[in-house]
Amino acid sequence: MIRTEELLLNVGPQHPSTHGVLRIIVKLDGEIITEAIPVIGYLHRGTEKLAEDLTYTQIIPYTDRMDYVSAMTNNYVICHAVETLMQLEVPERAQYLRLIVMELQRIASHLVWWGTYLLDIGALSPFLFAFKDREIIINLFNELCGARLTYNYMRVGGVKWDAPEGWIQKVRDFVTHMREQLKTYDNLVSGNEIFLARIKGIGKYTAEEAINYGLSGANLRCTGVKWDLRKDMPYGIYDRFEFDVPVGQNGDCYDRYIIRLEEIRQSLRILEQAVEQFPEGEIMGKVPRVIRPPEGEVYVRIESPRGEIGCHIVSKGKDKPYRLKFRRPSFVNLQILPKLLVGQPMANMITILGGVDIVLGEVDC
Amino acid sequence: MSEENKREPNGESASHSADEAKEEAKASGADQTGAPEPVSKPQPAEAESANAAPADNAGKGEAKAAAEPKPSKAAVDSASEATPANAAESAPETPQANAADSAGEAAPKAERPARAPREAGAAAASKEPSDAPASELKGGADADKEAKAKAAAEARAARAAARAQKAEGGEAGAEAAPKEPSPNQPRLDRIVQLIREHVHPDAIVEAVINERDRHLPTLTIKPDHWREVAEFVKTHEELRLNYLSNLSGVDYETHMETVYHVVSLETKDSYCFKVKTMDREEPSIPSVTNVWAAANWNEREVYDLLGIHFPGHPDLRRIMMPDDWVGHPLRKDYVPIDPEV
Amino acid sequence: MLDLLAKPLTWANFGIMLAFAVLFLLLILGYVTYAIYFERKVIGWMQFRYGPNRTGPLGLLQTVADVLKLLIKEDTIPKKADRELFILAPAITFVPAFAALATFPFAKNWQFADLNVGLLYYAALSSISTIGIVLGGWASNNKYSLLGGMRSAAQMISYEIPLVMSMVGVILMTGSLNLRKIVEAQGNWFWEWNFLPQIIGFFVFIVAAISELNRTPFDLPEAESELVAGYHVEYSGFRFAFFMLAEYVYTFAIAALTTVLFLGGWHAPFPFLDFIPGILWFLIKMSFCVFFMFWLRATLPRVRVDQLMGLGWKLLLPLALANIFITAIVKELLR
Repeated sequence: MIRTEELLLNVGPQHPSTHGVLRIIVKLDGEIITEAIPVIGYLHRGTEKLAEDLTYTQIIPYTDRMDYVSAMTNNYVICHAVETLMQLEVPERAQYLRLIVMELQRIASHLVWWGTYLLDIGALSPFLFAFKDREIIINLFNELCGARLTYNYMRVGGVKWDAPEGWIQKVRDFVTHMREQLKTYDNLVSGNEIFLARIKGIGKYTAEEAINYGLSGANLRCTGVKWDLRKDMPYGIYDRFEFDVPVGQNGDCYDRYIIRLEEIRQSLRILEQAVEQFPEGEIMGKVPRVIRPPEGEVYVRIESPRGEIGCHIVSKGKDKPYRLKFRRPSFVNLQILPKLLVGQPMANMITILGGVDIVLGEVDC
Repeated sequence: MSEENKREPNGESASHSADEAKEEAKASGADQTGAPEPVSKPQPAEAESANAAPADNAGKGEAKAAAEPKPSKAAVDSASEATPANAAESAPETPQANAADSAGEAAPKAERPARAPREAGAAAASKEPSDAPASELKGGADADKEAKAKAAAEARAARAAARAQKAEGGEAGAEAAPKEPSPNQPRLDRIVQLIREHVHPDAIVEAVINERDRHLPTLTIKPDHWREVAEFVKTHEELRLNYLSNLSGVDYETHMETVYHVVSLETKDSYCFKVKTMDREEPSIPSVTNVWAAANWNEREVYDLLGIHFPGHPDLRRIMMPDDWVGHPLRKDYVPIDPEV
Repeated sequence: MLDLLAKPLTWANFGIMLAFAVLFLLLILGYVTYAIYFERKVIGWMQFRYGPNRTGPLGLLQTVADVLKLLIKEDTIPKKADRELFILAPAITFVPAFAALATFPFAKNWQFADLNVGLLYYAALSSISTIGIVLGGWASNNKYSLLGGMRSAAQMISYEIPLVMSMVGVILMTGSLNLRKIVEAQGNWFWEWNFLPQIIGFFVFIVAAISELNRTPFDLPEAESELVAGYHVEYSGFRFAFFMLAEYVYTFAIAALTTVLFLGGWHAPFPFLDFIPGILWFLIKMSFCVFFMFWLRATLPRVRVDQLMGLGWKLLLPLALANIFITAIVKELLR
């Protein structure tokens, strides 16, 4: 008889497909995974501890670096939390600017996800197409706030910089351009049999499991649960816009793929409406020079491209938070990975991991 | 800088209180939430300095207004809600300032003058923010400007006095102008009732509405009963709190607590549960991983960073820090073993 | 050239043959250099970007620079690796690749060896390279490369069979294993070439050939994103260059084989175009085959290993067998 052994494979912290420094200790029986243990913490920078020594405005650049692919939503969650705590009102133009940049950021983040997911699956070209379109968004952000990736754009009470001349028109042009590009993406990838064979039916889970594990974003909606914080617990001015929330049925990687592409389309719809309604006005509300929220506690949650990002602030009335905790969607979403990987062949590990769409900066905070 | 501080809250509160002052002047004696507290906060110094002169003038203002002092929280609420309503009230301010001056000889109960001059002062301040500090206002200004400035100074003094009063606990009949009951109060009552009936009558230590957080019902549960409460709220058909949004650990220096924000995806109700543990050496809170699987890594993170143990957790080990780390970094009294690291 | 083989083996003859072989080797190396360059350029253009365009005019010296870099790198051998096998594996992979080119008829009179079993010779030698890959994976003492080596062995063996089966149809039609005769049997008009009558065989051959080459969409052994370069992960420097060289020489071989078997060899597509020398037609058809392989690489995602096995055994093999039956029946009916 042949004696077989379990092979312990380390999908190490440095790996082209783990989207960052994620380590997965995988026990293999031949090509089938019998156990997978994620090890995180390689990118832990102690943001929450640092926040206890920083004023609220000083924390905003740190939030950019948590989910660096989607920095605007991070900015927003903390500004929204402080504004809720202080019950400040944000002027209309600032709200619109915030919404426009957040939706643009959602598109950019999904493009990064799409490109890298396909790169992991083996197709080389979609990555470059996606990044070329993302360049347009990044350039828009560059014009707006001077940075390409970590924007430090929002402030408690509004935003820091106003839209320059012609910026809104560029957003409009981008919407039209992106709609065409989405058709190209579908032509190139979405119908490809090899691709479909790779991701259909992979990484399935049920709605109960998804809810139990606290999944959010496309990971929750792929199982049929229609839960999008922009619609179900609206914040900002999202309740003024018409858009649909794509929902899947099977809970597999293919549904997540379709949902995220559809979310790009819905974001384009929101952007179209927002640039039509874009008002004049102030970009910063009436905010004291030193932001000193009153004593109390607040937890706000918003819909980032990866899921529900939340910010829990305990304030003692000082200008620095007493405790600042971020509920990071990638951290919570990653918990289901060990369960999904058991019994799958090795080749599916990367497909499933890519489908969860994590960013390590957010997992580790 | 403190003037700017003063300026904006003054502006907001001024308009708001100007509104109220106007109504009070009309409907004398109406109870209202009055001049907001935060306005007073940044100017203790000035209040002190301006103390001397306006002390006797403190009695004026809307004596009619016989409002009781309200809890600072309510005042704070109203103040913060009175955001830039600034634009409105230029007209009413003048008559009010005058009214303030003329109303004069009200019996200076500390509470009333505390509020009224504050409003007047605030009104004055909002009208001409740059003129607020009395020192800047030399003669030549309008008579009412002077009056306003004085009223402002008086207001500050009165506020200081009121604060001193409160510190002594000297607020007679200190019941707040009855706050409106929170819209979520019925939900809070219902869940308290359910838990008391079905889990344990002592399970709940405290149940309040967190108004700042959009009126979130917040319950503090005893650690011994926490697991049963968690199972109950998840499975009970009226509550069905099946989604654990957030699990944070907080280190208050006297105790530690974990905060759970749960949502029901069907009814969209959200609740907040807190579980306190007084023991700082070996803090321990039952794990709810078998109720909400989302708690798994969250509890590991709380254990790693704060040191709270979760008995019942399937795999409680460090998650963020290296496995051989000593200490729990997020604690307030954390000192790294090796400061260089 | 061909008649040299018939003459007695004197030192002079040997010297001439050696000179031709070395010349051919240099040509192959030149081909590999510019195949790599064109692959990067073509894929770049398909991805909205320029390929290499800085080193040398139009980036033509890019591969030269890369090979030079590989040559001057430190020759690392992992400590626990099996030294002899580690050193031997790239050689075992490359030598058959080059040796298999001996029987191809590049033009009417340009052939190194006119073997009557030329096709079989090619199939046999190309299988030896699989041993080299497995050895490389094993000798590296690395789980990733072992997995890659195993996968590659399974893949290559599985696809050898449909590859050779699809050639049987051509053999049936021609009646010979001799590559020269196969080319001569194809007519002067492009519809007389074998790819139309043998359309099923052509399809099977193309898919199986790309899988033999370990190219996208079947490039699991080198799946960068999954196994971090698979069987050659521990190789660096010149040994890595050998593996890459072997892969590109095989693309040459497969392209040449496709041209010979299915695309009419040195024949022009229309007889009136045969003032253009046959070697040029051969090269044009070969270039088209190579371009097609680059095109696939830019476009398609990767097939998973179990799906790959399923494809090979459950789809291609039955198709190839069906092709043989149909060819035999038709040939019998047409007689």
